[in-house]
Amino acid sequence: MFKYILRRLIQAIPTFFGITILAYLIMDAAPGSPARLLTFGARTTPQQVRAVEAQLGLNDPIHVQYLRWLLGDDWMRWDSNGDGIADHAVIIPLDADGDGVPEKPGDRLGIIRGDFGRSFSLRQPALRLIGQYVGATIELSLTALLLGLVTGVPIGILAAVRKGGYFDNFTRIMAVVFNAIPIFWLGLILILIFGVWLKQPDGTPLLPMGGRCDPMSVGGCPPLPQRLEYILLPALVLATGGIAVFSRYMRASMLDVINQDFIRTARSKGLANRTVWFKHAARNALIPIATILGPSVTGLLSGAVITETIFSWPGMGRFAFTAVQQQDYPVVMAVVIISAVTTIIGFILSDILYAIVDPRIRFN
Amino acid sequence: MSTHTTNPNIVTLQGGEEFIVGESLTSKALRRLRKDRLSLIAIGYFVVISILCFSAPLFEQALGVSFSKTNVTQAFLPVCIPVLGIGTDYVRPDSLRGGNTEEIPVGCNPKHILGTDDLGRDHLVRLLYGGQVSLRIAFLAAAISLVIGVTLGMITGYFGGVIDDAVNFVITVLSSVPNLFLLLIISAFVLQNEELLAIFPSDILLVLVLGILGWTGTTRLVRGETLSIREREYIVGARAMGAQPLRIMFIHILPNLLSIVVITLAADIGGLILAEAALSFLGLGVRVPLPSWGNMLSQAQTFFTYGVHLVIIPGVLIFTTVLCLYILGDGIRDAFDPTARD
Repeated sequence: MFKYILRRLIQAIPTFFGITILAYLIMDAAPGSPARLLTFGARTTPQQVRAVEAQLGLNDPIHVQYLRWLLGDDWMRWDSNGDGIADHAVIIPLDADGDGVPEKPGDRLGIIRGDFGRSFSLRQPALRLIGQYVGATIELSLTALLLGLVTGVPIGILAAVRKGGYFDNFTRIMAVVFNAIPIFWLGLILILIFGVWLKQPDGTPLLPMGGRCDPMSVGGCPPLPQRLEYILLPALVLATGGIAVFSRYMRASMLDVINQDFIRTARSKGLANRTVWFKHAARNALIPIATILGPSVTGLLSGAVITETIFSWPGMGRFAFTAVQQQDYPVVMAVVIISAVTTIIGFILSDILYAIVDPRIRFN
Repeated sequence: MSTHTTNPNIVTLQGGEEFIVGESLTSKALRRLRKDRLSLIAIGYFVVISILCFSAPLFEQALGVSFSKTNVTQAFLPVCIPVLGIGTDYVRPDSLRGGNTEEIPVGCNPKHILGTDDLGRDHLVRLLYGGQVSLRIAFLAAAISLVIGVTLGMITGYFGGVIDDAVNFVITVLSSVPNLFLLLIISAFVLQNEELLAIFPSDILLVLVLGILGWTGTTRLVRGETLSIREREYIVGARAMGAQPLRIMFIHILPNLLSIVVITLAADIGGLILAEAALSFLGLGVRVPLPSWGNMLSQAQTFFTYGVHLVIIPGVLIFTTVLCLYILGDGIRDAFDPTARD
């Protein structure tokens, strides 16, 4: 098992570097120069902009820039005698802007050590900013995942045991409907119904139209059960895709199991239908569900961008969307890398989970 | 191909099932599809919507309205179909009337069947033009990703080796980043780039972004199919006769990929309509004043109280169109299923 996990992690390493290259290329091709942004508004001459560009290393060849972004530059140009002036350099020149004075020692740690640079707009480390938002996204995604599972799985079971019946046909159509519905529009319609049309007796909307919890409240946000009304609509919207996928998958898996010998045996023992379905069949049919938990991470992260934006949910998706609009590259790149790593880990975890719940799968 | 009522090759099996000797998979699929009522309805709806959208200028002329000319005095008119009594009892809230209340018409205007938007433009023709834009983007993007996907899939499946590994690696990397995320970032960089926008209109740029990022699924599919076709005897035979790889790929393999590609095409186009709508909704897709179903919704979300029709109708159109394409996709897949029986 340990070996299996280790091998999967090693296999993921090239993918990780591929993602960093992709992210870097996107950032490099993107319009606008960081030097221009940093010197914007100040009375700067073109020479000064060029000097800043040189100091930031923007004139280095692209692979050097990528290396700096990935691994940092504290090992590329450093100060060995502690006088604050760099005296050694590898790969990059000691005096980048050519004014005869060595540059300051490198202080970037590189994304591999968690340094994604500072947000252009908020002037804070990108990773720390994302850290402030990631909790809300995890809260929303897990709620949606759970909602998808507890709705989709029973629907799949019932559709399978009554195969070809009204419920089966109805849920089959609903699964296509749920896939075809644009989730941003579903969000708007739910806001319209529960926030505009339906009112509480005192005239306030039945459910809040957005937000997560009052940030001004003393002691931060109360635990989730006390503010369910905020998460209900966004989680429902985010869960639609999951409900469709899980119910279809569960149905197919259940149909596979129902035709196996041990089910016939259970039936011939004289067990009640309900016992056979839920105790014998459903438990085995759940096993393949483990394999789609990983892929559903991507769906949840994609959906979070839209859902969080519509419902003003202060999560990573909405933050990333704002960063994209403001061309705040350090934040955008940090989100890309983090979500890609989350996806990779999600896939590995779901494979491990599959191997654990199904003893027929061997770790080799 | 087969006119099965007079076909002498029909064999009636026990139990009344008809079996046509020597019938190809494609003609069998078409025959099955003709019997699939749900798929036929889906095709019908989709064709009607497409025709309506592409005849938008006719509606514009016939109704005497404009999709682009703004007229604030006519803003937020409701859906108005006097024959059915819809919209006739609408009273415009004072807050929308502006200063000189007497001159501004209030309520239903039969010229604007589906009402007007926040700038007084006719909603119906805007929806039709928007549909044109949305459908065109989805079809062109699907065509681009199809060409890239089929070509790459055939090359990787046929040659294998380093090319195969390299393309697979790229696919793995691309699919590790959440789909919408990648689209969002790339289209933000492309569609916020004023230099590019000066050369290409936003819908063309969006087609390129969607098309160039959407090939991975097709490539995987075609690669797998090519791998199995490559080993068949007729390919070996062609190779033995000295046929060049290009000839084998395009003359012998490509026609056999047709059905598998067609199966995914309808659903792909549906997915692309959704993607375009999502991007335009987020303001990173089709740029106003050019309408698309997505960007119409984006503007409408601020008008919950005045213009509910602006929120509901574009969404219904996206939803029903995509639904039809998905149903059609399912129908085509079932029809092409070689294990299914009539």
